[in-house]
Amino acid sequence: MVWDWLFTYWPQLLYGLWITLVLLVLSMVLGMLLAVPIGLVQVTGPWWLKYPARGFTTFIRGTPLLIQLWLMYYGLGQIFPMIPGLRHSFMWPVLREGFFYAVLAFTLSTAGYEGEVMRGAFLGVPRGELEAARAIGMSPFQVLRRVWLPRALRLVLPTLNGETILQLKSTPLAYTVTVMDLMGATSMIRQDTYRIYEPLIFIAVIYMFITFVITKGFSYLERQVPVKR
Amino acid sequence: MTLSRRILMAAAGAAAMVFAAGAAQADIKIGLSSEPYPPFSSKNAAGVWEGWEIDFMNALCAELGEKCSTEEVSWDGIIPALTSKKFDAIIASMSITPERKKTIDFTDMYYNSPALIIGPKDGDKDISPEHFKGKTFGVQVSTIHSNYVDKYFKAAGAEVKTYGTEDEAKADLAAGRVDYVQGDSLTLFTYLDSDAGKACCEAKGFPPDDKEVLGEGMGMGVRKEDTALKDKLNKAIHALSAKGILTEISKKWGLDGRMTIATPQ
Amino acid sequence: MLRRGTDLGFRMSAWLAKALVLLSWGPAGYGDELFYGALRTIEISVLAYFLGLTIGALGATGKLYGPKWLKELLHGYTTLVRAVPELVLLLLLYYAGTDVVNTMLGGFGKGPIEVNGLAAAVGVLGFVQGAYSTEVIRAAILAIPHGQMEAARAFGMGGPLMARRIILPAMLPFAMPGLANLWLIVTKDSALVSVVGGIAELSLVTKQAAGVTKQYLLLYLVTAFIYLAITLFSNRIFNWLENMTRRGQRKLT
Repeated sequence: MVWDWLFTYWPQLLYGLWITLVLLVLSMVLGMLLAVPIGLVQVTGPWWLKYPARGFTTFIRGTPLLIQLWLMYYGLGQIFPMIPGLRHSFMWPVLREGFFYAVLAFTLSTAGYEGEVMRGAFLGVPRGELEAARAIGMSPFQVLRRVWLPRALRLVLPTLNGETILQLKSTPLAYTVTVMDLMGATSMIRQDTYRIYEPLIFIAVIYMFITFVITKGFSYLERQVPVKR
Repeated sequence: MTLSRRILMAAAGAAAMVFAAGAAQADIKIGLSSEPYPPFSSKNAAGVWEGWEIDFMNALCAELGEKCSTEEVSWDGIIPALTSKKFDAIIASMSITPERKKTIDFTDMYYNSPALIIGPKDGDKDISPEHFKGKTFGVQVSTIHSNYVDKYFKAAGAEVKTYGTEDEAKADLAAGRVDYVQGDSLTLFTYLDSDAGKACCEAKGFPPDDKEVLGEGMGMGVRKEDTALKDKLNKAIHALSAKGILTEISKKWGLDGRMTIATPQ
Repeated sequence: MLRRGTDLGFRMSAWLAKALVLLSWGPAGYGDELFYGALRTIEISVLAYFLGLTIGALGATGKLYGPKWLKELLHGYTTLVRAVPELVLLLLLYYAGTDVVNTMLGGFGKGPIEVNGLAAAVGVLGFVQGAYSTEVIRAAILAIPHGQMEAARAFGMGGPLMARRIILPAMLPFAMPGLANLWLIVTKDSALVSVVGGIAELSLVTKQAAGVTKQYLLLYLVTAFIYLAITLFSNRIFNWLENMTRRGQRKLT
């Protein structure tokens, strides 16, 4: 075991860790924001929202994330030359970067999986509570905002820890589309030093540590939310 | 309950199959890179490997009078796969460099061709490092080109993106996500001759040689301790050259005169 | 305007014709390659799944009834697998696994064996699956009503007999949803093998085909739908299996 490369490459590793965390937080937050409407329209929406939402969650959950990522990055990349003026548009600096596609793919993945969980959570809120809210004169939107959504979110909270860890474990895929996350940095170290095991073992330990912190964070969060039984 | 017994039996069967799968007989196991690398090695639509290096491999095995089997592995893991004995020799257009020689050994050079830089069709053929300031290079990971671009162009202010395969770097050049791709001239010329290549790109020029980084041509990678195998392979490579077989293969792939091949001795 | 319309129509039909050739069966197209790639994906997944189940059954038994050191070892194993990305484990085990196996064989005075791509992929995916299976099966065994076990003991059943006649059939209904989910995970995780290369499963075949033809969009889209078909088909089978294991039980509401 040789570890001297750590002295040379720690800035890249630190930057990689930062990118990994940004990928994780962005995709979880954006994904959850999408998951709420996706879950909701499947329970109560009109058919023209319900079926696309169901198709979306089925597609996301039924296909490998790696393929989704490559489809977005290389698939869309293939179309770009056919769109005139795209390279000079304001969107181009974003569309150039693998990071954008990684965030997009991971966000949609979170939205797909959590959308399904949200659907179950919306269904899991007792009917009587919603009826009671209607009975005291709340509008349907008020019911959603004051009763249905908060209750559903509380049901989802215990699953978020697991989902976040699963999402963390998916982030290394980003290195296959040129993103220099932890895995990308490790790939660079492996290329430069021909060391196979040490860099991988090193980031394995880092991922375990992040998982540990996430778990601690969520159990703290869960304790902050009062639960009435 | 029969269902549970069936599940147990299936599990036992699966375990047995996995361990049985570990046995395969061949005299020499050759490691190929699973990435398409035309015209040297790529899988055609019939699912068969083809290219200059595949013909070279077959001729080599015939010359040795031994049975060869092949194993594919992704390019960035090909050296670890060799050292962990997944196969005995690499045929994957791998350049002989001092850096790689620290980990593995090489046969003598069996072919060589210069590096090339390609970019979008704009007629601008300046390839001085200063010109690349603020531009983005795409290269395949763990290649001499990746090291070369790092050493000369990154230092001059260019951004470098690394890809698992060269075709992905080319795809991003066509998509406009990178401004230049550096790679082996023969594979890049093959790309420029294709429909996709014609539509997007042109050759920009040959970067100045640097033996330290770009190496001394392609050799078969072997483990350091396998000196007997290395000697045997060297003999066969030179014999193929002496018999004119290498030239024949080059002609077949339209590469004759565009590449240096192994000397008869 | 008219010219423009026909031009677009012409381009569309030309593209469609190209796509059909690309996906056709035989030496000119990639249809057969994708098909065999999908078979390979299923093969890897099935083998890894059953390897995972075997590890899971042993692991759950060890975690529940084993000595303390074994419990701790298994706890370390499941924690490791659940915290480290599959891709990192895959790369680590793909290279290290062969080394370890050969070092062990060397210790027994045997020469190195060749671990081929299939065995390595199955071994690694099975190792990952095993950790999740352990947890699923452990939870399912814990969910068996205590009285059933006590009754079996009262009848004088020994460990193996009880495992076969009581524990296995009684825990299956509890384990089925989790095990079904693990199957879906392994079919999707098998795509990661393409990053290591070495075995022509669906994702690697697609990557190679896309690299040669530059038809990334079409090929990745088709492959995504093949995976989707595998998932949807598996769902049917697992629904049927779940009903089988629930025979004689009241319907869950």
